[in-house]
Amino acid sequence: MSESIAERTDDIVDEFDMFEDWMDKYDHIISLGKELPLIDEQYKVEDNLIKGCQSRVWLHADYDGEKVQFTADSDAIITKGIIALMIRALSDQTPQAIVDADLSFVDQIGLKEHLSPTRANGLVSMIKQMKFYALAFQSKQA
Amino acid sequence: MSNTSTSPFDIEAIRSQFPVLEREVNGRKLVYMDNGATTHKPKAMTNAITSYYETINSNVHRGVHHLSQRATDAFELTREKLRAHINAEHSYEVIFTKGTTDSINTVAWSFGELVKPGDEIIISTLEHHSNIVPWQMLCERKGATLKVIPMDDHGVLDMEAFKALLNEKTVLVAFNHISNALGTINPVKEMTALAHEVDAAVVIDGAQSMPHLNVDVRDLDVDFYAISAHKMYGPTGIGALYGKEEWLNKLPPYQGGGEMIDTVTFEKTTYAGLPHKFEAGTPHIEGVIAWAASIDWLNELGMENISAYEQELLEYGTEALLSVEGLKIHGTAPNKSALFSFNIDGLHHYDIGTLLDQLGIAVRTGHHCTQPLMNRMEVPGTIRASMGLYNTKEEIDTLVAGLNRVIPMLK
Repeated sequence: MSESIAERTDDIVDEFDMFEDWMDKYDHIISLGKELPLIDEQYKVEDNLIKGCQSRVWLHADYDGEKVQFTADSDAIITKGIIALMIRALSDQTPQAIVDADLSFVDQIGLKEHLSPTRANGLVSMIKQMKFYALAFQSKQA
Repeated sequence: MSNTSTSPFDIEAIRSQFPVLEREVNGRKLVYMDNGATTHKPKAMTNAITSYYETINSNVHRGVHHLSQRATDAFELTREKLRAHINAEHSYEVIFTKGTTDSINTVAWSFGELVKPGDEIIISTLEHHSNIVPWQMLCERKGATLKVIPMDDHGVLDMEAFKALLNEKTVLVAFNHISNALGTINPVKEMTALAHEVDAAVVIDGAQSMPHLNVDVRDLDVDFYAISAHKMYGPTGIGALYGKEEWLNKLPPYQGGGEMIDTVTFEKTTYAGLPHKFEAGTPHIEGVIAWAASIDWLNELGMENISAYEQELLEYGTEALLSVEGLKIHGTAPNKSALFSFNIDGLHHYDIGTLLDQLGIAVRTGHHCTQPLMNRMEVPGTIRASMGLYNTKEEIDTLVAGLNRVIPMLK
């Protein structure tokens, strides 16, 4: 997983281009959600919980001085599938690359409504939180 | 699977009054089952909005000119229609507000001025946050105590526990007529009589009952009844608070401003009489006037007929939904409105709601602004399909077929 964020998100867009209808697309998201490596139980705590009215998201970030690793979980499988895409895009990248990341691929693959604040599913806050972590790690570095 | 309705009203004629029901969502015909959140609007109501702006638009209660007089007449006619609709004694007992939440906050603030430290306020487990938080704020402000009526696993309030909570310190009891999350119809008349035995005032959240039931505030003998127009086929941003005259006279005004005064000097202001004392500022004129069209339209159909038809939907839908494997209905009170709150074993409500939306089926998912109730039921949320008078058994079949299609995707 050494490609740039832009390369990874282009791959995701290509992958979603293959789906002909909504069922195929959601089947894929659901299977990504099921495959998402679970967050270590010790990190599934209140401090890492991003509350949403609909579904809950736990997010944990590790930084080795060079790259950031994200792990996350949700109680809803579709939310988890979208988290898996976000992690695929942003994990194992430098803080600077995460801060600068363009995440318009979510729109391109037709999942924009999941990032609408009215969904209150914790995803918008999760993306914000991923960038905050990166910013924090960046300032630690500087 | 579907039986022909035995109800006296023509469902196709009714549906034709709602152009939005013809639209497609995600390539499929919309099946709208989120009426507990808001109902769609009949053409009679939307026409009334246009007509207001095109013929009599002007501010009410102040101008001497013709248009202002016409607008004021139309505005006050709604007050009279709403009075008749809920069988209040006087039209000035109907106060226009922004909606149910605003109505409850009006009472919580104004009544709150009479509350003393140590007084007790009782609410129920079934309440929407809008009938919890204003009372908590009042209790914090005045040093009063909040007590909660428990319920059983069917979503029925425990009357014995309620009786035990009532005492001479109880100053107010607030609960909903129909639960927005479970559909339970509460015994308002019986509970009001019990509350009155200790001289407590009774505030009813009527947001969910007005579209489904014939509400008679004098028969129920409630002191306050809070109403939203948009949940009863009327415009958004407008609602009403019914209050008994003696209470409304006793309470201080909630907000100050124009319209609510008698005379103003820098030394002292005297307040206007009812209902204007509680209606500061220019009101939502268009909303009030158009609301009358919704009320007329409901009365033409007849609230009794609407209730009977919706009970058919409840019976049909309960049986149909229980045929879905792993489906559990939350809220199984014997006296219930046509609302299905449910979960599918092992699956998350958000996932179900998301996939149903792909099929053009609009349901609500989440905690329905009733977090304490969800905690009581030990679920993070539910899927809620809430019926309106335009829903059909065929649409319930579509919901059931939709569930049977999406559940295997998530397993």
